Amino acid sequence: MIAKRDKQAVGHRLLAAFREAGAVEVAPDILLPAETLLDLYGEDIRARAYVTSDPIRGEVMLRPDFTVPVVQMHMDGGAEPARYCYLGEIFRKQDTGETRPDHQRDNEYLQAGFELFSREPGADAEVFALFHRLLAPYGLRAVMGDMALMLDAVAGLPLPAPRRDALIHHVWRPRRFARLLERFSSPTAQRDFPSASGSWAGLRGEDEMEARIARIAADAGTPPLDPVWTTRLQRLFALNGPADEALRNLQALQGELPAIAPAVARIEARLSAIAARGIEPASVHFDASHGRTTMEYYDGFTFTFVARDHAGWPPVASGGRYDALTAVLGKGQRIPAVGGIVRPGLLAELEGV
Amino acid sequence: MIRLGVPSKGRLMELTFDWFAARGVTLSRSGSDRDYGGRVEGIDGLQLVLLSAGEIPRELAVGRIELGVTGQDLVRERLVGWRSDLAEIAPLGFGHADLILAVPECWRDCETLDDFASIARDFRAAHGFRLRIATKYHRLVRAWLAEAEVADYQLVDSQGATEGTVANQTAEAIADITSSGETLRANALKIIEHDNPILRSQAVLFANRAAMGAELDRVLTHLGLAAR
Repeated sequence: MIAKRDKQAVGHRLLAAFREAGAVEVAPDILLPAETLLDLYGEDIRARAYVTSDPIRGEVMLRPDFTVPVVQMHMDGGAEPARYCYLGEIFRKQDTGETRPDHQRDNEYLQAGFELFSREPGADAEVFALFHRLLAPYGLRAVMGDMALMLDAVAGLPLPAPRRDALIHHVWRPRRFARLLERFSSPTAQRDFPSASGSWAGLRGEDEMEARIARIAADAGTPPLDPVWTTRLQRLFALNGPADEALRNLQALQGELPAIAPAVARIEARLSAIAARGIEPASVHFDASHGRTTMEYYDGFTFTFVARDHAGWPPVASGGRYDALTAVLGKGQRIPAVGGIVRPGLLAELEGV
Repeated sequence: MIRLGVPSKGRLMELTFDWFAARGVTLSRSGSDRDYGGRVEGIDGLQLVLLSAGEIPRELAVGRIELGVTGQDLVRERLVGWRSDLAEIAPLGFGHADLILAVPECWRDCETLDDFASIARDFRAAHGFRLRIATKYHRLVRAWLAEAEVADYQLVDSQGATEGTVANQTAEAIADITSSGETLRANALKIIEHDNPILRSQAVLFANRAAMGAELDRVLTHLGLAAR
């Protein structure tokens, strides 16, 4: 059992290193308004966050994440480029389902984080190299990916817009995505709907239903997607290996999936920038599906650092690019942003062994 | 002494009493209707504790009663990790109810859970907030929808008159227990068919795992049951 003050000491060391890297320390509230977080993450976050109520402020949440409050703070008046760092507790319920595990995971733990708001092309490499340098003594396995590969590959499929949009919407839900893709790859018959019964009820409008019925009718008769596209997508999703080798495979694959070419070019530039900062690309594992099962959050570069001999652990550090999140929170205003967090508690445990 | 928790009123109490009577154990409320004390005849070492049905899962889990009769729905919703604390000794064959997802009957385009997922996505885009499902079974509904990878919805708490929330526009869909479906039909709601309902529930005799032993075995053997 590692004492909390030892975990905090590791956190303060990280914080000092982040400040040295040019970040301004910020201290977001622990009690956050629940509405924004719930709207962004839905029931995923409600299941995991402690929600309580305040007589004046309404529903509030014990901070389940730093990124949202840091982004909101930056939007309220930060100038670019901006680097922020923070250290503090995160609270996450651990609902274990029907059986209780022998070792319960922490429901309160520290995160030390670094966020960079910048339009510089080298921002991804700056953040990754910083984390890589700070974590080098721990012998962790570095993994990276890029959500843009998948999103762009799907956007480039020869499909009518509604089908394409549905697939993109569900990229983060692999089984639903696979089912949709399978449906789009077979002929669609005209669908019969039962006749109306009773009067209209509820907030969903009749016009909304008619619009969907019209969309489904228009969709019937769409020629099936050539199965070759599913094969190509599967090849892309399964692509992983040392980053230098993965890049060569991606460059080969872009002949069949031209839509990924810009993302592949960005990955190449990113790997060069990382190499220029002294990190051998071959030492980093690249996984094209990395980030697909995380929350809908990262839409570009993603990375994690994983402890090799602790299969049950969450990543020791994780991060990525979340431009889409800043667009949602900024109500149209878009600020490129990349950042990540480290869990000092896990580092303390590694040091303690 | 083995303490047996039984719902303190209504049909669930009566049917439980009948079930035990058929196995040679007579349970009864002592004194008036307002007295929650109980009497046991036909077996030694068994004490009847009359409780609100909703409290029985928690009382079992903390070990204040060793046996208890309650619905599977309440145990699964209210006790995280229930299998670690409780054992299902015997289904009792009554108290049948399905936990289901229902939408307005007028939604002609909603027949499957995939329809529902697609409608939720459209609704969120059109209204700027997630489609609301009224329920008191938050954990069960959320786990079921997560398994089916349905997104774009939110749960709103409803502890009663849940079927009325759609007409009142405080929710677009409901998830609730139904046995005959009558209340759903009366409120112009229809069940979304999926492979299975969210949960098929009935009344079950539960035991606290920590209380398993010779004394409990003796009671269960007397009832013609084996501890599992």
